[in-house]
Amino acid sequence: MKLVYKNIEKDGSGNISLIPEESEDMWHAYNLIAEGDAVTASTVRKVQTESSTGSSTSSRVRTTLTIRVENIDFDTQACVLRLKGRNIVENQYVKMGAYHTLDLELNRKFVLQKTIWDSVALERVDMACDPAQSADVAAVVMQEGLAHVCLITPSMTLVRSKIDMTIPRKRKGFAQQHEKGLNKFYDAVMQGILRHIEFTVVKCVIIASPGFVKDQFFEYMMQQAVKTDNKLLIDNKSKFLLVKASSGFKHSLKEVLQEPSVISKISDTKAASEVKLLESFYTMLQLEPAKAFYGKKHVERANEAMAIEILMISDKLFRCQDVQQRKEYVALVDSVRENGGDVRIFSSMHVSGEQLDQLTGIAAVLRFPMPELEDSDAEGDSDSDDN
Amino acid sequence: MARHRNVRNRSYSDDFDDDDVYGHSVEEDSCLSPSDTAQFMYDRSRNQQAISHFLESHDNIQEEAEDEVDDLSHPPLERRESLELRSLKLSEDDETCLMSCLDELRNVLGDSFSDNILINAALNHKFDYNKALDEILNKNSNDNDKKKEEPVKQPPIVRVIPSIDPVSSNNIPKVISTNLEPKSAGIIKGFKVQCSDSSGSFSQTPREQSPASERASTPRIEDETKTTLKVKENKFDPKKQYINERGSDKDHIYIVVIGHVDAGKSTLMGRLLCDLGEVSQKTLHKYEQESKKIGKQSFMYAWVLDETGEERVRGITMDVGKAQFETKTKKVIILDAPGHADFIPNMITGAGQADVALLVVDATRGEFESGFDLGGQTREHALLVRSLGVNQLAVAINKLDTTNWSQERFDEISKKLKTFLKQAGFKDSDVTYVPCSGLTGENLVKPPSEVELLKWYNGPCLLDVIDKFNVPERPISKPLRMPINDVFKGTGSGFCVAGRIENGVLNKGDKVLVCPTKEMAEVRSISINEMPNNVAFAGDQVSVTLSGIDMQNVSVGFILSDPIQQVPVATRFEARLVVFNVKVPITKGFPVLIHHQSLVESANIVKLKSLLNKSTGEVMKKKPRCLGNNSVAVVDIEVSKPICVERYKDVKELGRVMLRVSGVTIAAGLITDMYNS
Repeated sequence: MKLVYKNIEKDGSGNISLIPEESEDMWHAYNLIAEGDAVTASTVRKVQTESSTGSSTSSRVRTTLTIRVENIDFDTQACVLRLKGRNIVENQYVKMGAYHTLDLELNRKFVLQKTIWDSVALERVDMACDPAQSADVAAVVMQEGLAHVCLITPSMTLVRSKIDMTIPRKRKGFAQQHEKGLNKFYDAVMQGILRHIEFTVVKCVIIASPGFVKDQFFEYMMQQAVKTDNKLLIDNKSKFLLVKASSGFKHSLKEVLQEPSVISKISDTKAASEVKLLESFYTMLQLEPAKAFYGKKHVERANEAMAIEILMISDKLFRCQDVQQRKEYVALVDSVRENGGDVRIFSSMHVSGEQLDQLTGIAAVLRFPMPELEDSDAEGDSDSDDN
Repeated sequence: MARHRNVRNRSYSDDFDDDDVYGHSVEEDSCLSPSDTAQFMYDRSRNQQAISHFLESHDNIQEEAEDEVDDLSHPPLERRESLELRSLKLSEDDETCLMSCLDELRNVLGDSFSDNILINAALNHKFDYNKALDEILNKNSNDNDKKKEEPVKQPPIVRVIPSIDPVSSNNIPKVISTNLEPKSAGIIKGFKVQCSDSSGSFSQTPREQSPASERASTPRIEDETKTTLKVKENKFDPKKQYINERGSDKDHIYIVVIGHVDAGKSTLMGRLLCDLGEVSQKTLHKYEQESKKIGKQSFMYAWVLDETGEERVRGITMDVGKAQFETKTKKVIILDAPGHADFIPNMITGAGQADVALLVVDATRGEFESGFDLGGQTREHALLVRSLGVNQLAVAINKLDTTNWSQERFDEISKKLKTFLKQAGFKDSDVTYVPCSGLTGENLVKPPSEVELLKWYNGPCLLDVIDKFNVPERPISKPLRMPINDVFKGTGSGFCVAGRIENGVLNKGDKVLVCPTKEMAEVRSISINEMPNNVAFAGDQVSVTLSGIDMQNVSVGFILSDPIQQVPVATRFEARLVVFNVKVPITKGFPVLIHHQSLVESANIVKLKSLLNKSTGEVMKKKPRCLGNNSVAVVDIEVSKPICVERYKDVKELGRVMLRVSGVTIAAGLITDMYNS
C-alpha cells in the first residue's frame, strides 16, 4: 500500500489517501474501512440520460464518487473489496443519496474519511505501508488423501486449493489400486502447486506431512518434472522445504510454522510470530494459570490492575459493526500500551488468529499472577458467547 | 444378439412395443417402492383384467381359479421390483445356476424382459435355459396374439402353449422340492403348490407367470400384506438367523496387536502364523532369502504381514495388516497395527475394529523404558485401545531371550505395566502377561522348551491366552450400522466398501442408506475374509459391493445404515472427555482432529461446559477456563463437516471419539448428546 497523503485534524477526524498495490492490501483496506466512513474512489457507473424528445440512452461513465459506507463485503479468496453506500457528493452523473457499490481496484487511489482515526486504525495504515513486510511463503500440508495448498502472506493464510480424495487401502493382492490412487492424488497436488503458486513471488514452498508422504510426493513431483521437462519445477527445486506435520488439515500449519528450519526461512513473517505467541500463552496457562487470562471481562480486570504484559487481540474484534464496542477495544489497547504492555493484533486470516477468534478473540499474558475471577465466570462466558 | 431379437420381433404387432417398454420399466424403476410400481403398472393390468373378465364370461373358470393359486404362490418374487434373490431362499448352488441361466437368457433377450420374468421362468424350468427361453418367448407371442384376438375368441391360445410346458413342469417339480426344501419353508412351498398344480392343469400359461398378470386384482393386496409380514418376521429375528448361519462355526474374534515401534509386533505375529502353518514353507523361504539380500534377516517374519515394498524397505508397518488363523475354539483375525507415531491414525482405525488387544513390549533393557516412558507409544496405544472399548488385554513380553529369560526382568516389566494399566482402566483379571520371543518362536504356540524359562514359568503360551479370550456379545438385533474404512474397485461391476459391521445384520440384496449423504444403495454381494457370503452379522469384517450409488460419493468414514432407523448426523455434539497427559491445556476454541471410527475430521472445542470429579462424576466447576492433565469434563465439539455419530448409550462403538492435536492424543470422549442444526 502506498500512502498518498494523510490529513488528520486534532480531534482525530480527517482523511487519508491510499493506493493498494497487492491483493493483500485489500485485506488491510477491509480492516480499515468501517461502516459510516466516507470513501472516495474512481468507479464506473451506468448513467441514463433522457434527451429532449424523451428517448433515453444509457452509457457507462468513469467517474469519481464519494459514498457513505453502509455495507462491506470482502471475498477472501479473490481479495476483492466491495463497498456499498449512498452518494454524498453530488456530481454531474449521480445524484445525492443514490446508492452505489464501489469495487476498490488495485493501483487506483482511494480516499478514506473517518470521523475518528483511532490508534488501531493508524497503526494499520503504517503496517500496510511498510514495504519490508512482503515475504510470501507457500505451504502444502498433506496426508494420504488430503492436501491443502496454502499461501502465507504477512497477514493472511489463503487456502488456494484443497484436495480431498479417497485412496483405497492396501489389501492382499490389490496393492496396485492403492499405488494408482496415490499417484492420482500426488498428481492433483502437483497440479495445485503449479496452478496456484507463483514461484517468482514466493520465497519458499513448504511441503509438510506426517510420515513419508512428503518425501514420496516430492520424489514423485520431481520425477514428473523431469519427465515432462517442467523447467519451472526443476529450477525452483531449491525452494522446496520438507517439514514434518501431524496431519493434512489446515491447522497443522501451526506446527509447520513453529519448525526451526521454517522460522529461519521466513523470519519476519507475522504468521510465525503469532503462532509462537499463542503457544506461549498456552504454556503459561498450563504452568501458571493465574498469569494467563482470556475473555474480555477477565482481560479488562487484569488491565485495571495494570497486569498485562502481552495482549493478544484478533483484528476481527475491530471490524465489529458496533462502534461502541470498537471504542472499548481501542481504549483497552491504548491503555495496555500506556502501561507499558505489548499489544499484538492477530490476523484472523491466519491459523493462530482463527484459534484466538474461537478463544473469545482476546487473551493476555500477565506480569504477575492474579486471583482467578470465580464470581464473574458466568458473565465472562456469556459475554464471549456473543463473539 | 440384437439381430436375434429383431428377427423375432418382426412378426409382432405394434403392441409388442408396449410390452417392450413395459418390460423395461419394471427393471429400471427398481428404486420405486412396490406401491409406486403397482401404480405404474396399472394400465397394463387393467387391460389384463379386461381379458380375464372376457375369459370368465366364456366359462373358463378353471383358469381363473388357477390364477389365484398362482398369485398366492408367486408374490414374493413378483412384487420385489428388482431381483431380490434373497427372498427366493435358494441354496448357493441353485443361486449360481440361476445366475448363469439368467445371463444366458439376457444374452438372447437383451433387456426387454424384467428380471422377474426371467427368474420366474428359470425357476419354473429348473434353470434349464432353453425351456425357460421358450416359455418367455411363447408367452410374449401369446400375449400379443391374445390382445389381437381378444374381442373375437381366445381359448385356442391357452391350449397351444401348455404343450411345451408340461414337460418341464411335470418333471421338475419333485426335484425342486427336494432340492430347495431344507432352507426355508414359506416361499418354496409356494413353488411346490404351483408346480404340482400346474402339472395337472393346462393353464400353466406363461402369461400367468408374467408379473403383470392380475396385478390389480384383489387377492394381490392380500398377498402384499402377507409378504410384508414375512419380510418383517425375517428382520425381527436376526438372532435365529445368526444361530442358523453361525451356530456351528467357531466364534470369530478380532485382535489388534499394539505396542511401541520395533517392539516386534509384526515379527511376533508372522512367527505365530508360520508356526501354525498358515504360511507356506515356500513363501517363508522366499522371504528369508529376500530379507537376507537386503541385510535385514530379522525382518523375515514381519514380512508375512508387511507386504508392500515400502513397508519392507523401511522395516516398519505403515498400515494395518490383516491375517487369520484358528485356535481350538476360535477363529482369530489379527490386525497388526503400526507402532510408529506417525501412523497412529491407522492404528486407531484398526483398533476400532477389534474386540481384544495384544500389547507387545520389548523386554530388552532400555528399549522397554524408551517405549514406555513419556513419548513412547506403549502408553498411548494402551490408552487408545482402552478408550476404544477394548477391555481384555494380553501383554506379550517379547524378546525376553535377549535377557536370557530372566524372571527378574519379566516381573519388573509386568509390575510397571500393571500399575499403568490399572490407571488406564483395565481390570487386573482381564490382563494376562506372557513371556515370549517372536524371533525364536519360544512360548508362542507350544509350551516353552527353554530351560531358563521353564525354571520359573508354567503359565500358558500365547496361543492359549488368545484362545481364552471371551468373545463379546454381538449386537445383532440392533439396526444396521457399518462404518466404512475403505473404498475400492472390486473385481466385478460396482465398487466395494470394507468395514466392520458394528450393529445388526447385512443381507445380500438389502437396501442400505449411505450416511451422512443419505443416499440409498443396494448390497450386491458380501464377502467375509475374501469368501463370498449371503449374510453378515455384527462383529464381522466385510467387504460389500454396492450398486445404485457413485463411487465418488462414498468416502472413508461414511456409515452404512438401516434406511428406517437411520444413524443420526450431526455437526455439533456434547461429549464427556477424559483428558490425557497434555502439554498445553485445552481451552475453548481448541482446534483438534477428531477420530471417530475410521473417520478423521477437523473439529473445534466450542464450549467447556463443566469440569467433573474423576471418580464420582459430580460437577466440580461450571464453565472452567481450561482443562488440565487428567481431568474429566463435559464439552461441546463442533465438526467442520457433518458426521454420523451416535450417543454412547445407544451404540457404544459409534459413540466414542478420540481427540488428537499435532500427533498426540489429548483426550478420549463419549458422546452424550447431539445438537441438530
